Amino acid sequence: MSIAASPGAGAPGTPPHDVDPEFLALPRTALTDAALQTARDLGASHADIRIERLRDGSLSFRDGNLESSHDGSTVGFAVRVVHEGTWGFAAGVDLTVDEAVRVAREAVEIAKVARPLNSEPIELVDEPVHADATWVSAYRVNPFAIDTRDQIDRIAGLCRTLLASPDVDHVDGHFNGVQENKYYADLAGTSTTQQRVRVICQLEATKVDPAGGFETMRTIAPPVGRGWEWLIAGPAAGCWDWDAEIETIPGLLAEKAKASSVTPGRYDLVIDPSNLWLTIHESVGHATELDRALGYEAAYAGTSFATLDKLGNLRYGSPLMNVTGDRTAPHGLATIGYDDEGVATSRWDIVRSGTLVGYQLDRRMTAANAAALGVSRSNGCAFADSPGHVPIQRMANVSLAAAPGGPSTEDLIRGVDRGIYIVGDKSWSIDMQRYNFQFTGQRFYEIRKGRIVGQLRDVAYQATTTDFWGALDGLGGEQTYVLGGAFNCGKGQPGQVAAVSHGAPATLFRGVNILNTRHEAGR
Amino acid sequence: MTEASHEIVERALAASRADGCVVIASESSTVNLRWANNTLTTNGAARDRSVTVISIVGRSFGVRSVSSIDSGSGGGSETADKLAELVWSSEAAAKDADEAEDYADLLTPGQPGTATAGPGGEAFDEPARRTSTSVFSTFATDLGEALRAARAEGRALYGFAEHDLTTTWLGTSTGVRLRHSQPTGTVEWNAKNGQPGGSVWHGQSTHDFADVDVAATDAELRRRLAWCARSIDLPAGRYETLLPPSAVSDLILDAYWSAAGRDAAEGRTVFSRAGGGTRLGEAFGPAGLRLFSDPNDSELSCTPFVSASHSSATSSVFDNGLALGRTNWFDDGKLAALVHTRASARAAGTSATPFIDNLIMDGGGTATLDEMVASTKRGLLLTCLWYIREVDPEVLLLTGLTRDGVYLVENGEVTGAVNNFRFNESPVSALGRITEIGAATRTLGREWADWFTLSRMPALRIPDFNMSSVSPAS
Repeated sequence: MSIAASPGAGAPGTPPHDVDPEFLALPRTALTDAALQTARDLGASHADIRIERLRDGSLSFRDGNLESSHDGSTVGFAVRVVHEGTWGFAAGVDLTVDEAVRVAREAVEIAKVARPLNSEPIELVDEPVHADATWVSAYRVNPFAIDTRDQIDRIAGLCRTLLASPDVDHVDGHFNGVQENKYYADLAGTSTTQQRVRVICQLEATKVDPAGGFETMRTIAPPVGRGWEWLIAGPAAGCWDWDAEIETIPGLLAEKAKASSVTPGRYDLVIDPSNLWLTIHESVGHATELDRALGYEAAYAGTSFATLDKLGNLRYGSPLMNVTGDRTAPHGLATIGYDDEGVATSRWDIVRSGTLVGYQLDRRMTAANAAALGVSRSNGCAFADSPGHVPIQRMANVSLAAAPGGPSTEDLIRGVDRGIYIVGDKSWSIDMQRYNFQFTGQRFYEIRKGRIVGQLRDVAYQATTTDFWGALDGLGGEQTYVLGGAFNCGKGQPGQVAAVSHGAPATLFRGVNILNTRHEAGR
Repeated sequence: MTEASHEIVERALAASRADGCVVIASESSTVNLRWANNTLTTNGAARDRSVTVISIVGRSFGVRSVSSIDSGSGGGSETADKLAELVWSSEAAAKDADEAEDYADLLTPGQPGTATAGPGGEAFDEPARRTSTSVFSTFATDLGEALRAARAEGRALYGFAEHDLTTTWLGTSTGVRLRHSQPTGTVEWNAKNGQPGGSVWHGQSTHDFADVDVAATDAELRRRLAWCARSIDLPAGRYETLLPPSAVSDLILDAYWSAAGRDAAEGRTVFSRAGGGTRLGEAFGPAGLRLFSDPNDSELSCTPFVSASHSSATSSVFDNGLALGRTNWFDDGKLAALVHTRASARAAGTSATPFIDNLIMDGGGTATLDEMVASTKRGLLLTCLWYIREVDPEVLLLTGLTRDGVYLVENGEVTGAVNNFRFNESPVSALGRITEIGAATRTLGREWADWFTLSRMPALRIPDFNMSSVSPAS
């Protein structure tokens, strides 16, 4: 047995866990033998099988009351083949040998149907074989091992604390925990068994103006590749301080509701990692997915301005900009031992000193573009969000490096004469080539002569990706670095969602265009 | 041997020891083809299944769902045990839960409001209907021809075709038994010719692909690519804009999704009235404008009863089995109804108007989009919108992008392709600024096509649509 990373590796304080015995009890070997042998007998040059189980638990709260509670489990498997140079893919839910044979045959049949439409024979780059490998993510407490009543009490308690404030009229709360088990095997001999756990909890307070209108403020705690400890263990254990954040929100919301509406124009921005993670996601993460750059997503998620011919010469941003792709970061939502093509995961450079130097890859794209990429191995970004979907290239944890020994957020603010400090994400949108974007946030603090003087409202920042990153003029140190992220990154047809994290330090950007959203609405 | 879904529903109900129980089973089959750069990229066929058990204990409920109750090694008693485990797990969750604010007695057969199978309806014990690659038999051949022609003529085609057939069984401990099969098909095309701005799109919603005319679509794509021969740069600003049905569908869907009656009554949506209450009865659009849903619409039929696996501002598990009928959301330009569960309707003193999976706008217009172009002195014609996100819920300000075709119309003719724009607009505000409504046609909103495919919309003329900035994307 090979181990990609010791359970909990790189995440101090997280104990090792075994793979869920219920998943291990599924008939993995029997299905694998049946499916792969069928595919081989039918002439497939490549065949792989994924058997997956997804547990998904959610709680929603309205004004401190439990609104809905759900716990679901999805089990199924998929067979993917390359047959006469064409992909074939089929999936089923009945975990029987007969069904495995049927699905493998169907995958080959689909490849035959598709063959006349395919003008580019599929080849996969060679990868080392990982036989019988196991990997488990770093977490302390599996959320599915916790009594639901305890979860309800903890989150409802936070909601009710918020609601007790006279400055809060309504509170919406949501918690989602996921346990993802994946088994992968292919004709080359790789077989991997993996388990990941992740959680997200968000609470939003609303203040209604009796004369009309309302304002909201949401917690900025990120989703993480951790367990239930994220809700209870506190900062001493590397987890979120929920009680401290909840305590601040009513006052911040009241201040925001009374804040001045921003005067549009160009401002220096100090951007907190709780906001910048989403800008990184949209303007760097998606832009450096090779499938977009090659046009595979042209009809749906879009393409990228960062085309393959610009590798090594595109000036993406200022020399301060260093961005990595990383599927090994502790507690990252895209962190895993092996991807859905059996490739061991890694960390690599995407932007180095402001220049584009790398992409996110899978085996097929790497094989087809090895010379232009200057690499001979995939960097392990194939992922399918469920047993019923085909793996496509999905995002690694794409993160902006902090400045070693760099300044604090307060130091960055001190370097601004007229600016805005932006905290928390809210609205986001970017165009189909990842040029033009617009983001808002949870809180906007006006900076005058190096000091915060109060909140502003109705703020949105709008820019072109390379102009924005070219305006990067200050990076915070490691002490400002936070891993943000999302559970719900969408891509592909049929649509798939993926969880991904993005780390960033506090940052300073010069002269960014600020809109007033009330003006934009014609008010 | 896999057990039939209707039998699973019956056995789960029989295993229930709760005060009430709802079981929702579904089986879906889907096939798809995806292509890019004139060649196939991915394809697939998949089957999916789920069983959801909602147990009611006192006034609380708990929900558990699984995709399979089979262990993998057979059926029989082990399957029965797994089903019982699922039912009891949902009962335990109900005991853990707080009393539900939306509690209501489960509906009973024959009670006013409860759905019935109806004449010609599906029998509860029919097996699931399934789709297969045969649904693409003509389409795939025609697609192959289109790809070959595009290669030969220097165009690049990208796109996706999918067909899904989902059957849903709903059973309750009070005796309700309902079943519905929903076919959903979409096909999207993107064609590029390598010129600046030379990218066009066409999307279609279909029940069975019988109405998908690849040759006609290809001809329309080529007509639009020809419009791109002249490239025109225009700055940001407010423009007279012809929104085609696809764009209207995407924008108005955001308004529909923001139409929870309870949220509006609480003062936290665009449909809240300053000082309290809702804006029901207020005019938002021109006289004659109607926005409605109708599960029995002959072109856009959808599930005719509530099937809810969770409760929220717009759905209630206690409403399962409630009949859905035509609901006018806007009538004669005025807000006529908001989305209400039975519980929120009781609180608001109105009748339940649950969410329905289709949406139809009609303003009595008869002009085709080409005729609206012909009557335009100077304005922009859009193709579709993309990456639409809410900026300010108070006025439902949305941002997003134009995509794959913005055309300048001068003196009744398209005179060239314009750069893309980022827009900042409120669909609710835009309704009040409409100067022309075209003929309603079945359409596919591009942004929300993954979630909502059944809409019939007119093209709209907005005299001052806010194009906030220029997007260099093409």
